[in-house]
Amino acid sequence: MPSRPVTWPSLFTALMYAFMYFPIIVLGAYSFSDSRYSASWGGFSLRWYRALFSDRRLLAALQDSLIIAIVAVAISAVLGTLMAIGLARYRFPGKGLYRGMSYLPLIIPDIAIAVATLVFLASVAVPLSLGTIIAAHMVFCLAYIAVVVSSRIQRLDPNLEEAALDLGATHTQAMFKVLLPQLAPGILAGCLLAFVLSMDDLLISSFTAGGGANPLPIEIFSRVRTGVKPDINALSVMLILGSALLAGIAEYVRYWGDRQRQST
Amino acid sequence: MKIQNSNFPYPPTLLTFPTLLTPMTPAHSPTPSNTWADRLAPRLWLGPVTLLGPAGVWLLVLLVLPTLLILEISLVPGLRLGQPSGGYGLGNYLQILQPVYLRVIWRSLVFAVGSTALCLLMGFPVAYWLALMSPQRWRNLLLVAFILPLWTSSLLRAYAWTTILRPSGVLNGMLTAIGLPAQNWLNTPTAVFIGLTYSFLPYMVLILYASLEKLDIRLLEAAADLGATPRQCFWKITVPQTLPGIAAASLLVFISTLSDFVVPTLLGGASSMNISRLIYNQFLGPTRAWGFGSALSMVLILAVSLAIALLIRYGDRNTVTEA
Repeated sequence: MPSRPVTWPSLFTALMYAFMYFPIIVLGAYSFSDSRYSASWGGFSLRWYRALFSDRRLLAALQDSLIIAIVAVAISAVLGTLMAIGLARYRFPGKGLYRGMSYLPLIIPDIAIAVATLVFLASVAVPLSLGTIIAAHMVFCLAYIAVVVSSRIQRLDPNLEEAALDLGATHTQAMFKVLLPQLAPGILAGCLLAFVLSMDDLLISSFTAGGGANPLPIEIFSRVRTGVKPDINALSVMLILGSALLAGIAEYVRYWGDRQRQST
Repeated sequence: MKIQNSNFPYPPTLLTFPTLLTPMTPAHSPTPSNTWADRLAPRLWLGPVTLLGPAGVWLLVLLVLPTLLILEISLVPGLRLGQPSGGYGLGNYLQILQPVYLRVIWRSLVFAVGSTALCLLMGFPVAYWLALMSPQRWRNLLLVAFILPLWTSSLLRAYAWTTILRPSGVLNGMLTAIGLPAQNWLNTPTAVFIGLTYSFLPYMVLILYASLEKLDIRLLEAAADLGATPRQCFWKITVPQTLPGIAAASLLVFISTLSDFVVPTLLGGASSMNISRLIYNQFLGPTRAWGFGSALSMVLILAVSLAIALLIRYGDRNTVTEA
């Protein structure tokens, strides 16, 4: 395509990039403003970052969220991967139903999942805690991981594992030395996605938290509902940097996966 | 989305239609097994029960069963926490038909349709530019840059708009600086439309991009050679060719915006009660009407299922899964 002068789609696209980044830039700028009321610029200051790092409640909430996300994702990585392999490998009566069920967490709105989980936990009289949040998060984590791993399986060379078996590898060896290394980029990508979704989840956590746990989205939500909080601006910047790092890792994983696929 | 068994490790001849109770017999185990793990491998490690059982049980117990449970209690009229309930009936569903609740459902639909249309109008040119006009070398990076905000908390992205749209916020600072009248958009439906469009625009662009990327450029070139104007090329080739992608992206954004909770709550204020907020209030608010809340949830699930059915019928599902 010849290089043309500026056209209206490129102008419009530039405008849309500005639209996507404008709110993030605003948050970032005001996190360094000394003014409590962020309408005006109050001079450069790090006071909100100091306030953030001495805010015990917020740090405890971050810790809760990290525990939930890491435990839920770690277990889901195993269950989701096994499910994806099983779905690709076996035919059995009711497979369509099983596959449909595996898509449900992606389809049913969060609020409905949250409500259903709360009603269920109440009916079996399980006390709400960090554990119930983890159990509820595992539902959508394993579904997302299974979807990402499934799409990876679809693009694998089907002959490799069989070749390993023909060459005398045991089933265990074939699984751990041939199949899993090939699936690794997919598993990792699925885990990153599930981690971000778990850290971001407000509704399901709200309905399964009870008094025992207070993950970050619940804490942020209860604070920002009542107006602008400058220390939340500082927190946003820290979290955005964290997510940019995760996104970077995810992109690298994708690049790694593509390269690995090309070389096989 | 279809995973053919023939695509994956074992050719069809090796598939022995194992049921959940009879693990597949290892067709390929001529080698003597040395360790216990190897000996157990075909049956335990790789059997269908091990592979599909744990996740299946988890989903069954924590998703399917709970959903059936709310279906049941939605059929108990007037069920409230801590109160004895009467028999079954359709009272909760009839309650939804009251004008005050129908208005909430109507408002949710208006939010969803409006913001989906805005996402499509704003997202299509971006996806078009990225897929067909951006410099090839930077294409991937540019796409990633556009969807990067999806990696940050949706809560904080909505909160960012409150700092912009407040009466004393950034927007009004800019408007008054260039001599325009200040706007008071926070806590109005306008803010909800802005917030929803902002939140779901990256999804729209991502799916449309996947669809436009597959567009056969030769068709456009052929049409241009035969004398079609750029406008004709666009409306007679680009749009019809990407229609399944457009349908998929729009339905997905519609589903997400229909049930969004964060944006209407943070940006819309009291005037923007939608179905998710109404359900939330039935359970975590003061009313505690679990039966009514469950009925609303079932209606929402039904609406979303209908949209999914349309997606499967008309949309390009591959585009969605690839994205």
